[in-house]
Amino acid sequence: MTLTRTFATAGRVLAQIRHDPRTIGLLVVVPSLLIGLVAWIFVDTDVFSDIGPAMIALFPFIVMFLVTSIATLRERRSGTLERLLSMPLGKGDFILGYALAFGLLAVVQTAVAVSFAVWVCGLEIAGSVWLLFAVAVGDALLGTALGLLASAFARTEFQVVQFMPVLVFPQILLGGIFIPRDQLPAALEAISEWLPLSYAIDALQAVAADSESTEWVVGKLLVIGAWIVGSIVVGSVTLRRRTP
Amino acid sequence: MMNNADASTGAAVVVRGLHVRRGGSEVLDGLSLAVPRGRIVGLLGPSGSGKTTLMRAIVGVQVVRSGEIEVLGLPAGSAALRTRVAYVTQQPSVYDDLTVRQNLRYFRRVLGAPAGDVERVIARTELGPVADRLAGTLSGGQRGRVSLAAALLGSPELLVLDEPTVGLDPVLRVELWGLFRALADDGVTLLVSSHVMDEAKRCDRLLLMRDGELLADDTVAGVLEVTGTDDVEAAFLRLIERGEPDLRSPAEHDRHPHGRHEASAPAAAPEEPR
Repeated sequence: MTLTRTFATAGRVLAQIRHDPRTIGLLVVVPSLLIGLVAWIFVDTDVFSDIGPAMIALFPFIVMFLVTSIATLRERRSGTLERLLSMPLGKGDFILGYALAFGLLAVVQTAVAVSFAVWVCGLEIAGSVWLLFAVAVGDALLGTALGLLASAFARTEFQVVQFMPVLVFPQILLGGIFIPRDQLPAALEAISEWLPLSYAIDALQAVAADSESTEWVVGKLLVIGAWIVGSIVVGSVTLRRRTP
Repeated sequence: MMNNADASTGAAVVVRGLHVRRGGSEVLDGLSLAVPRGRIVGLLGPSGSGKTTLMRAIVGVQVVRSGEIEVLGLPAGSAALRTRVAYVTQQPSVYDDLTVRQNLRYFRRVLGAPAGDVERVIARTELGPVADRLAGTLSGGQRGRVSLAAALLGSPELLVLDEPTVGLDPVLRVELWGLFRALADDGVTLLVSSHVMDEAKRCDRLLLMRDGELLADDTVAGVLEVTGTDDVEAAFLRLIERGEPDLRSPAEHDRHPHGRHEASAPAAAPEEPR
């Protein structure tokens, strides 16, 4: 693994996206539009102030998962991955290059989504907006990392989209959006403790309500970070230079 | 001899007893052959004869069941070979959403090749007029040349090209073979597959394959002589009818340029008594 090759790969991925304005539009605008839609649905109630923070976790996470998993899968399918792995590119260079490029996009996307939720939709944040932003970026990066991992186990774009219901939907259902996690049946609550998105939603809600200390939020952020690192490591281990 | 594989006169590739299974069936069943250095070796055979599998195995991206493959004196797939061997797959493996130049710049940085290499390979593959167009907007033949240009970055010693001329206009095909010849004259070894028997006459040596086995490993003249035919297509049919392959190692052939051999020792291990 070398920095030059990792950065070359990240730069190449970003150059590809630059040639695709529609994807940039989808990445940057869609999560904000969805958050706006949720705010509008609940405009006459105070539900949005409860679930708004969770929406900041949800939409960027899903969008980044989809975009990353399909982008890397396309690379497997087009033969360019095989070409790269027959060159002196480390597996870590490849995965980290993607993580860097999409991580940067995640930062932009999250900045737009958080700003939109707070200043346009009027989401009240009692805690620090910066901390909210940090957790949201970690959450979007989590979507990227899980997307990289999912693409390692899929052979076609068709299959990778099927991973959405498997990997993403249970995390949404058990993440505490519908009812707080401590009111879930004991078994489901125990499962939800193992799901990374739960940590992101907990942290965002805590920041919004200013109900926990900064250290507590940072602790949740560290768990998300561990998931990101773990997914990237497992993802790069599954890359094979030799294939059947 | 074959054991001095890293001497400049030796073989660039030596394959011994190669077995490969794909999708539950034996694609290569005990293949042995040698590719001499600085030559153009044509790998010819119908679709499904195992050409791509053999090329993948030589490049080191194919899971191999058993057998030995030595490339430039090292086991196939060694990390040290990743800058010395270049592989061009049948489907152009380039990024459609990057320009030709952006594609080549990225591959150059991955290879760690000199900065001037991008312009050099663009000139060599005559891609200058389209260098700033997106690869996805080019014709199939042009994209194939971008894929080839990427393989020329860093001046590899062995080029493995899977059907590089398929679907090309005859003029371009002649130009491409001219490029291959120029590369071979510079000392590069080329293993080029094709299913067009016509292209055989442009090669220094031929490997004729059918159903994962070698029908011939000989010079073009040698194959025609042994089979008593005057084109490779007919020679291919004659070899199938004959049921006995024409396997003459490069070394053996050089020693007896006009001799017709009854013995058919595997090309890769001619020094071993049978």
